[in-house]
Amino acid sequence: MAKAKGAASAGAGTSGAHTPARKSGAHTPAMKSGAKTPAVKGHMELLPNMTRHEPTADEYRDYYRMMLLIRRFEEKAGQLYGMGLIGGFCHLYIGQEAVVTGLQSAIVPGKDSVVTGYRDHGHMLACHIDPKEIMAELTGRAAGISRGKGGSMHMFSVEQGFYGGHGIVGAQVPIGAGLGFAHKYKGDGGVALAYFGDGAANQGQVYEAFNMAELWKLPVIFVIENNQYAMGTSVNRASAEDQLYRRGESFRIPGMQVDGMDVLAVRGAAAVALEWVNGGHGPILLEMKTYRYRGHSMSDPAKYRSREEVQTMRENRDPIDHAKREMLERGDADEAWFKAIEQEIKKIVAEAADFAEQAPEPELSELYTDVLVGTY
Amino acid sequence: MELKLPAMSPTMEEGTLAAWHVKPGDVVKPGQVIAEIETDKATMELEADEAGTIVSLDVAAGTDGVKVGTTIAVIALEGEDAPSATVAPKVTAPEPTEAPEKDAAVKVDAPAPAPVELTPATAAVFDGATRKQTVREALRDAMAEEMRADESVFVMGEEVAQYQGAYKVTQGLLDEFGDKRVVDTPITEYGFAGLGVGAAMGGLKPVVEFMTFNFAMQAIDHIINSAAKTNYMSGGQMRCPIVFRGPNGAASRVAAQHSQNYGPWYASVPGLIVLSPYDAADAKGLLKSAIRSPDPVVFLENELLYGHSFEVPEGEHVVPIGKARLYREGGHVTLVSYSIGVGIALEAAATLAAEGIEAEVLDLRSLRPLDEAAVLASLKKTNRMVVVEEGWPVCSISSEIIAIAMTKGFDDLDAPVLRVTNKDVPLPYANNLEKAALVKAADVVAAVKSIL
Repeated sequence: MAKAKGAASAGAGTSGAHTPARKSGAHTPAMKSGAKTPAVKGHMELLPNMTRHEPTADEYRDYYRMMLLIRRFEEKAGQLYGMGLIGGFCHLYIGQEAVVTGLQSAIVPGKDSVVTGYRDHGHMLACHIDPKEIMAELTGRAAGISRGKGGSMHMFSVEQGFYGGHGIVGAQVPIGAGLGFAHKYKGDGGVALAYFGDGAANQGQVYEAFNMAELWKLPVIFVIENNQYAMGTSVNRASAEDQLYRRGESFRIPGMQVDGMDVLAVRGAAAVALEWVNGGHGPILLEMKTYRYRGHSMSDPAKYRSREEVQTMRENRDPIDHAKREMLERGDADEAWFKAIEQEIKKIVAEAADFAEQAPEPELSELYTDVLVGTY
Repeated sequence: MELKLPAMSPTMEEGTLAAWHVKPGDVVKPGQVIAEIETDKATMELEADEAGTIVSLDVAAGTDGVKVGTTIAVIALEGEDAPSATVAPKVTAPEPTEAPEKDAAVKVDAPAPAPVELTPATAAVFDGATRKQTVREALRDAMAEEMRADESVFVMGEEVAQYQGAYKVTQGLLDEFGDKRVVDTPITEYGFAGLGVGAAMGGLKPVVEFMTFNFAMQAIDHIINSAAKTNYMSGGQMRCPIVFRGPNGAASRVAAQHSQNYGPWYASVPGLIVLSPYDAADAKGLLKSAIRSPDPVVFLENELLYGHSFEVPEGEHVVPIGKARLYREGGHVTLVSYSIGVGIALEAAATLAAEGIEAEVLDLRSLRPLDEAAVLASLKKTNRMVVVEEGWPVCSISSEIIAIAMTKGFDDLDAPVLRVTNKDVPLPYANNLEKAALVKAADVVAAVKSIL
């Protein structure tokens, strides 16, 4: 489902025809899709207009399918956690599916590289990693993608250019800059996507990475997934500048604020970002305004926001419902297709869960493997 | 007035009189450059403080190893009678700082032993030709050779390029390899350590220089959480072939925040390789191994050793990771050490030898993996052991050696294993207090005598 970059960039160049943004809920981004994006002075003129992506029917179906896979996978992970099959920390991505789906659909797996924090199941799925291997990692089995040694927060796939899965808040940002450094050094034309949250956006190392990335014009797309809450602390309570797309200004990194609940807006922003970065301009910062429906992790007191707030978002801003409505309107798919896809995804997720439950735990000898690569 | 060679850096003990810009009979003004002095850290211009006439130049241009405080010229200040100028400069041929090591050289280090099998560390004969080199030059050569051999190796850090290295270890690399591969970073340790890790994961082989390891504390999260653990956490998928290198341990009169040995910190972390060489041959051979290693390596150098010269084999010289080196043979007691502590142990061994006590000196070189077999083999031979460590005593490499001797060499012990280390305090600034806090040979001698 990955698109060639040329196609993505072409989409960004077009203007005008876009679906009007839906009415904003209480916590929705002020920005409308298609609006001229705010950017750093000096870069503003150079940055192409951001427009909502106009997908083909096939593309839209792919996006829908991926968002639904992430949603159902995460719901199942939540259930398995409740059953005691998944241990430790488990951070679900429910509500944020449009962000990773829209961005990952625009890059080239294997050529470009991706790194994120601990809320990484959705990113793994969007990198086309086998749901069985992911779920088996969550249950700590030998068949897990990290052989059961990493767990929910630490998953990687060299094959798919997915560099983790990092448990230390913000650490993935300089690592992402380093991946961009490697792309530039090797001249392989690749781009690094570094995802992090609104909480991580307050870590000092993020700005150290911004500085070097712009200084050396590294091909990096920094993506702030602003789901409004760093654990239980809202952006406003933690960030002096809560318009996070402006956080690159001191480093002359242009920023765009994007409706992260709309997969086509995300895909449109991805095209602009790729055009910018591939043009040798250095990094770009995307603030994805999104929302997580579930707690920060499975043990969340849910005291920091009201039930109504969550419910309002689910009812009015859900990225999957919205895509479905629009696809029906556009005639990209009919009810029968949605039913079929629901069945298909349900089956994939059920199989992943069965596999993850039945697969054996790692051999005890695995305790001592992979500590070092060399023998000394 | 006698013009003496000034100390131009905290650790400068001597310098090279690179060039004279004046000759006897010249009249000089305040601020006028009269000579170029090359030190450990940089080449600097020496200016006249006061107006006067050059009477004599007492050290010839090009002289190496001129001690700080040596009279290098005589100037008749304005108002003084200028005696007739000495025309021919006296040449002071200074003694180069001689490292205590004599029997250097590794033929081939001992083959890999099973951990329980006692395999003595080998001493030291280099087969081919050698030449005298400073530790600094040896480290530079190691990087340059590996950069020539492998396009993916690059060096990054503060002042590594245009400045030629804060301690001149990267001198000349920018000229040869250009700014793509010798990268000056902003002062941003956490950031560039993480960036280096990402570059390593992305397929490059970064050599990340920390100006000193004291500053690497800002970056320790990436060294441990990102570099050391990822291969394990990814089930063996995610490689991180990176070298973090720079000076470690006490320098000279820079006080507590700039004087700490992080050997025990990093050596406690599974997933890291930790190397800490003493002499130039090992510095070169181990750094080359470090750069070639598929694992993350913490490479701990020592500022005070940078200027010391040792014999280094000509041509390709690689030292295997994880093998200790027998620096001196002896039958009465084993002194175990690493880095600058080896020099102290050798000094103590020389003193003891004068009294008929033969100490064996074992240089660990590699703190993780640690050559237990060599430690235990030497213990079996001498039955007495003292650990010498320029660092704090608590939870130290010394503690680890003692644990190894206790748990795996108990039957070979004729006396408790002692440790001689720095005092358990932050390193003070005052000269006398600093001396009192640092490990010294006399303490090693006393410790040995107490267990014989």
